[in-house]
Amino acid sequence: MTVTVYVPCDTTALALGADDVASLIEREAESRQLDLKLVRNGSRGLFWLEPLIEVDTPEGRVAYGPVDPSDVAELADAGLFEGERAHALAHGLTGEIPYLKNQQRLTFSRIGLTDPLSIDDYRAHRGFAGLEEALTMATQAIVDEVKNSGLRGRGGAAFPTGIKWQTVHDEPEGQKYIVCNADEGDSGTFADRLVMECDPYMLIEGMTIAGLAVGATQGYIYLRSEYPIAHRMFNEALKRAYNAGYLGNDILGSGRHFDLEVRLGAGAYICGEETSLLDSLEGKRGMVRAKPPLPAIKGLFGRPTVVNNVLSLAAVPFIIDQGAQAYANYGMGKSRGTLALQLAGNVKQGGLVELAFGTTLRELMEGFGGGTLSGRPLKAVQVGGPLGAYLPESQWDSPIDYEGFAAFGGVVGHGGVVMFDDTVDMGEQARFAMEFCSVESCGKCTPCRIGAVRGVEVIDRIRAGENADANLELLSDLCETMVDGSLCAMGGMTPFPVQSVMQHFPNDLTRQQA
Amino acid sequence: MLEHNNHIDESLSMAPSGTLQPQEWTPELIQQEIDALKDKPGAILPILHAIQDRFGYIPEAAVPIIAEALRHTRAEVHGIISFYHHFRTHPAGSHVVHVCRAEACQAVGSRQLEAHIKNKLSVDYHQTSRDNEFTLEPVYCLGNCACGPSIRVDDTIHGRVTADKFDRLVDRLTTSTLEVK
Repeated sequence: MTVTVYVPCDTTALALGADDVASLIEREAESRQLDLKLVRNGSRGLFWLEPLIEVDTPEGRVAYGPVDPSDVAELADAGLFEGERAHALAHGLTGEIPYLKNQQRLTFSRIGLTDPLSIDDYRAHRGFAGLEEALTMATQAIVDEVKNSGLRGRGGAAFPTGIKWQTVHDEPEGQKYIVCNADEGDSGTFADRLVMECDPYMLIEGMTIAGLAVGATQGYIYLRSEYPIAHRMFNEALKRAYNAGYLGNDILGSGRHFDLEVRLGAGAYICGEETSLLDSLEGKRGMVRAKPPLPAIKGLFGRPTVVNNVLSLAAVPFIIDQGAQAYANYGMGKSRGTLALQLAGNVKQGGLVELAFGTTLRELMEGFGGGTLSGRPLKAVQVGGPLGAYLPESQWDSPIDYEGFAAFGGVVGHGGVVMFDDTVDMGEQARFAMEFCSVESCGKCTPCRIGAVRGVEVIDRIRAGENADANLELLSDLCETMVDGSLCAMGGMTPFPVQSVMQHFPNDLTRQQA
Repeated sequence: MLEHNNHIDESLSMAPSGTLQPQEWTPELIQQEIDALKDKPGAILPILHAIQDRFGYIPEAAVPIIAEALRHTRAEVHGIISFYHHFRTHPAGSHVVHVCRAEACQAVGSRQLEAHIKNKLSVDYHQTSRDNEFTLEPVYCLGNCACGPSIRVDDTIHGRVTADKFDRLVDRLTTSTLEVK
């Protein structure tokens, strides 16, 4: 009898020893003369349990984790290959683990279940059903579905995806582009990486549908160079999708045409901003462009271009396959569907949590996250990446939706949630926000380029106790100038974390003065 | 019978990559990389990546060759190379260590780890150790944010890195020759 064992192969599982675990499992099976089928699946996103290995049993897949290479021999003795559940690392059926069971996974429904590169696996879980449907639809009908789903850009700006598609759709025929922003540079975010490493055909399918909808025949994925595994996995998936007829001149015999290519970035945070990204793709320095003209009208190489985040495009196959309403049924207010929340930083149970909009940070951090890794009290949480505000406890009970967060100066962004315990020095965090901007500013506009450098200096003076009151006032002015005067969100939002520290954690900023 | 991942290409092997062994550059080899890619729209980033992947860095002598092939000025090419943190214009050490400086790693002690690493290797960021073994670079997020602090050594990412774990890694990289599987 064949025993099927799953060992994930995403960056996090590998960073914690998954390859060693896999080869030790092979060795154990060999010494027991077992017929082993080892599948390198994607990660379920339960990173606190990685490497999370699973064994097929008649009742379903049984989970063990986190499995250190040194645990493998003992696990095998304790009945790993039979799916025995007595060992301390056993968690019973994977699907019953509350962290997973309590999610609402629409986009990430396949993640971790399948071998990421297997087209058969993908198809067995409704993969390419959306594309097949889209091939039978009028272009306007596809755009309408996306509009009706209420999907908004998951990259951070939250602009309605369908409206963007409509603009490109309505431009005169000619060369148009789909550009996928896979420059996931925000600290605390890894959902794009998981899509590309663990369910890459979903992104290929979403981009192809976008191409069909707006009349674009060429797509580019702009991927950050910090993700070497995503790069290798995705390129292999592209090759296989071409070979199987899902891309190219004659998609599934329909006569329709769409080509896709991955382009690597080169370590510049600003290239996550859509106009900088376009400049970078065109072969220039990644400098921000003034808008208008909008990229939807004058984008890549001056042509109409859809620029969408990985998660926005990844949501599309579900919407076309299951219908706009099925997606819109989730969420609250004007934030429809689900959000891929990413729990990171000082968290006991970190990972990907996909939930409908409307959950609270507290539920996420305590219910799913289980509190801090250090066991110390939680002090602050930064939501929405390095440009997001640090939120104090008084703001942890607000439901997560775009408008609700904006009302108190919070940022949902790309869904990254970074937790800090009470040992954090918020003055240091404020300083770092300015330092990061000074390293990563594209330099085009003065408030960002100079403001960030001055911001570091002023914070240093405040922390040294030099004319603290006058310098705090200066910092406050500087922040306003950057917010109001910067050309893009980099300079315009860098003050958000700083202002939140000034407002909610003022003692940390000034405590150096005795 | 063991059934391996026979559907995954050799090139996709998840095994840690070993010592970088860049090839010596010549103007002809640089021209070769340019010629293979120059007809792509927006070709310069792919060309720069190809050159750095093959030779370990972008030699100064590549600038005029690229400029001529793409009809840019040398200043433009230089401006592009220097804009992006990823590109280097001098050879790196045998191993490149990227340390994540972003907030999620800070929340679990990356500032102390940074200090330890600089001390252990006796270098600051953007420097190469005297024995030419390690080049140290900062990075702002490796996407391993739930299991930090994270570092990347060559193409391999390591999670939950402690000072001890880092020291063991360094010892292994400096004392053992690369295992060829």
